Amino acid sequence: MFRRLEDPRAEIEFDFEGRPVTAREGESVAAALLAAGLRGFRATAISGASRAPWCMMGVCFDCLMEIDGVASRQACMVTVTRGMHVRRQRGAKALDGAAAPFDDEEGDFA
Amino acid sequence: MSAVFDAVIIGAGPAGMAAAITLADHDARVLVLDEQAGPGGQIYRGVEEMSLTMPELFAALGPDYAHGDELAARFRNCGAEYRARAMVWQVIPGEEAHEVWVSQGGRSSRVLARSVLVATGAMERPVPVPGWTLPGAMTAGAIQVLLKSAGVVAEDLVIAGAGPLVYLLAAQCLAAGARPMAVLDTTPRGNLTAALPLLPGALRGKGPGYLAKGIGLKLALRREGVPVFSFVTDIALKGTSEVTDIAFKSRGRPLWLSAGVVALHEGVIPAQQMTRALGCAHEWDDVQRCFRPRTDGFGNSSVEGVLVAGDGGGIGGARAAEHEGRIAAAEMLRRAGKLDDAARDRLAAPERRGLAQHLAIRPFLDRLYAPPAWVRAPADEVMICRCEEVTAGAIRAAASAGAQGPNQAKSFLRTGMGACQGRMCGPVVSEIMAAAHGISVEQAGYYRIRPPLKPITVGELAEAELD
Amino acid sequence: MRTYDLIVIGGGLVGGAVAWGAARLGASVALLDEGDVAFRAARGNFGLVWVQSKGAGMPPYAHWTRRSAELWPELAGSLAEATGVDVGLRQNGGLAFCFSEAEYQAREDLIARMHNESGGSGARMIGRAELRAMVPGIGDGVVGAAFCPADGHANPLKLLRSLQSGLAGFGGDYLPGRTVDAIDYDGGFTVRVGAERFLAKRVVIAAGLGSRRLAPMVGLSMPVSPLKGQIVVTERLAPLLDYATHVIRQTDEGSVMMGDSQEDVGFDIRTTTPIMRDIAARNLAALPALRDANVVRVWAALRVMTPDGCPIYEQSATHPGAFSATCHSGVTLAGAHALALAPAVMAGALPASLAAFNAGRFDVPQA
Repeated sequence: MFRRLEDPRAEIEFDFEGRPVTAREGESVAAALLAAGLRGFRATAISGASRAPWCMMGVCFDCLMEIDGVASRQACMVTVTRGMHVRRQRGAKALDGAAAPFDDEEGDFA
Repeated sequence: MSAVFDAVIIGAGPAGMAAAITLADHDARVLVLDEQAGPGGQIYRGVEEMSLTMPELFAALGPDYAHGDELAARFRNCGAEYRARAMVWQVIPGEEAHEVWVSQGGRSSRVLARSVLVATGAMERPVPVPGWTLPGAMTAGAIQVLLKSAGVVAEDLVIAGAGPLVYLLAAQCLAAGARPMAVLDTTPRGNLTAALPLLPGALRGKGPGYLAKGIGLKLALRREGVPVFSFVTDIALKGTSEVTDIAFKSRGRPLWLSAGVVALHEGVIPAQQMTRALGCAHEWDDVQRCFRPRTDGFGNSSVEGVLVAGDGGGIGGARAAEHEGRIAAAEMLRRAGKLDDAARDRLAAPERRGLAQHLAIRPFLDRLYAPPAWVRAPADEVMICRCEEVTAGAIRAAASAGAQGPNQAKSFLRTGMGACQGRMCGPVVSEIMAAAHGISVEQAGYYRIRPPLKPITVGELAEAELD
Repeated sequence: MRTYDLIVIGGGLVGGAVAWGAARLGASVALLDEGDVAFRAARGNFGLVWVQSKGAGMPPYAHWTRRSAELWPELAGSLAEATGVDVGLRQNGGLAFCFSEAEYQAREDLIARMHNESGGSGARMIGRAELRAMVPGIGDGVVGAAFCPADGHANPLKLLRSLQSGLAGFGGDYLPGRTVDAIDYDGGFTVRVGAERFLAKRVVIAAGLGSRRLAPMVGLSMPVSPLKGQIVVTERLAPLLDYATHVIRQTDEGSVMMGDSQEDVGFDIRTTTPIMRDIAARNLAALPALRDANVVRVWAALRVMTPDGCPIYEQSATHPGAFSATCHSGVTLAGAHALALAPAVMAGALPASLAAFNAGRFDVPQA
């Protein structure tokens, strides 16, 4: 699990699947969610296996999430902003905006 | 058609920043494109912000990291045009000028460049062990990024791997007050013996400084009582939906630790996506076991007007990258007509001496941390293509069914066709194909890399500005 | 040195289908293929089983195409049974979108003309309302479509893989990394690859763009040239398009393929941004929901084109037992290649219905 060091940066709040999460200004969505205790970030399109950030530098594409309604965005490359809406992604991306609910509650917030 | 830049630099790490400063000093028109929010690359990730907002952590990360802050400041003031959060998704070599397609804020447009400097750095070598796809399994670099860019540290961290970054990360975590539970050193038996004849060479130039730093890091771990396990093999991450434990052998003895986060690291390799897509010739490094673009003494690749500097051209570290960036800048100034051959050579000469000082230790380090055999020969059940979920066994089966190399494996199995576009599986698939056919990895080759270098949306592509 | 009943030169979709079809009949077959990096039209194939517009002006091609579409279910079933690979065949009809009244009219004329020339393929024009019922997300700019129930699609990579593994299952030899140097003839054939020799009573040249070089070795002519096509591929998406269309289709794996560029550029497989952009824009007009889909890969592949765009099938007059086989529709015609052409090759004579595909047709002076 991760924790934050003393951090004087401004706190901002964003929405993760209906729950408020506190982040620090300037950090990535992935960093904010790891710090908040999230384990599984998405379920793969093939086996449905749970995945989370591997590289944190834009190489592995395992941190893909739905951010402000757009699926398959790299959470490690997107800077978190106030009021942002973030959801886990399950399986293949749906283009009608109705993302499939994430029904695997394992890998939830610790 | 827009004006042509003398140089477009892709990547604002040490090589890219140093090149930009030199180019701008000589009044060249230079543009730097970088994916991150601020300059520094991965090695100096978040350096500007941290020096301002978290001075204690900044100090704890040491003088090498602080050097990046000075470099970034000089870069900011050098006069080069710099676009952050700018993702280059295609470079098309041209006779007069190269086209560089870049996505920024969801819109794509084209810039033209007389010279393109690929300064895209390195990525960590994939470490395909059982369980490496589970949440909680990360790279050592990822843990560093969390520390540097967000001030976030892991509580229940085990660091497993080999190479300077393993001990550096452990020391940085300690300095930040987050004590790693253990370090599992996977440096194989025999590597030190094999590297020892290269030690005298490593005592030249800046070598002693690097060696002293390395020894200091190891001593710090011992002093703090962080358990270090040697000759570690047979790593397997355990857990059903996330990492909960790590099993391994140390000196042949089976062991087991609980861990929520495991940082894996088996060295870094050049990020070859862009140079591959450009059609640059690559050569195989049999000690480091990686491909790197073939370059001449000025960083010129086999493609006219495309240069490579920094770790993307072969691993030399951050300080070597700066010198390479300045050497490539000298050549780009010559190409832009700003310097003649003699002036270019004069500009490059001190940089070559500096580069040699920093590279003196590399043969020793490369041999000492040559990746263990298991990294390139994962067990059949291990996932190799994380995106398309293809195992080592499936790749071997494709090889015995007739797939000659990685590109046929790709068309048989979809390895490398997923979101990461082959970055994570490519190095391992080439190794597996080579082993399966009893040929060298150079003969087995690598994926053909297709644009876009990173995904862009259909909408953005449809509206790309053709000027 | 081994003697085979048949050597097929070219491990793509055409060669693979003929080799598999012959091996299925009990023939001993060698399939010679190039190495990891070859032009390989098969890997760039769009994957259509496409009937509605094939063979305008050449009725035998229209008939051959329809026959292949009819044979496809048997091919897919046999491959699945023998190799366990589901090649993703879906023959629920195909749509050719029309983006203007003029395009609609041109399509309507084409269907009428083909009906008069070669009998009906079952294709008919459908208007916007019917189209919207079939493709709920269809863009406003699409005025209608041609619909043909015989059209469909399949996964070309899985097809290629199953043909190769199916060949092995019938005891055939898939021999990659063999670029043929020469073919000698003394009543039988000796195929030379470096120091290797392969003997056979029959040879089929199905080497795509390489056929031009090989055909004269056995008294055949295969004047093929490359025609570049680019294909834009998205990430895997939830199902959004039920039908194959001539410019866009969703694969069995979920990714969406878009293409339609035709460039005559020689052996150049680099992708070009203006064409990628046009492909994206045109398909976005057809299916606006694609806007947020990520493009993960753009392909340029070389289609194998004959001067009139129709296939070549012929037995050599001077080297009996040597056959040519080439086309740019390796998926559409796979059914016919495996289940009709291969038996004819093994019987030693092509049927009269294939006489029109003789390469001699290109020697006739244009009136």
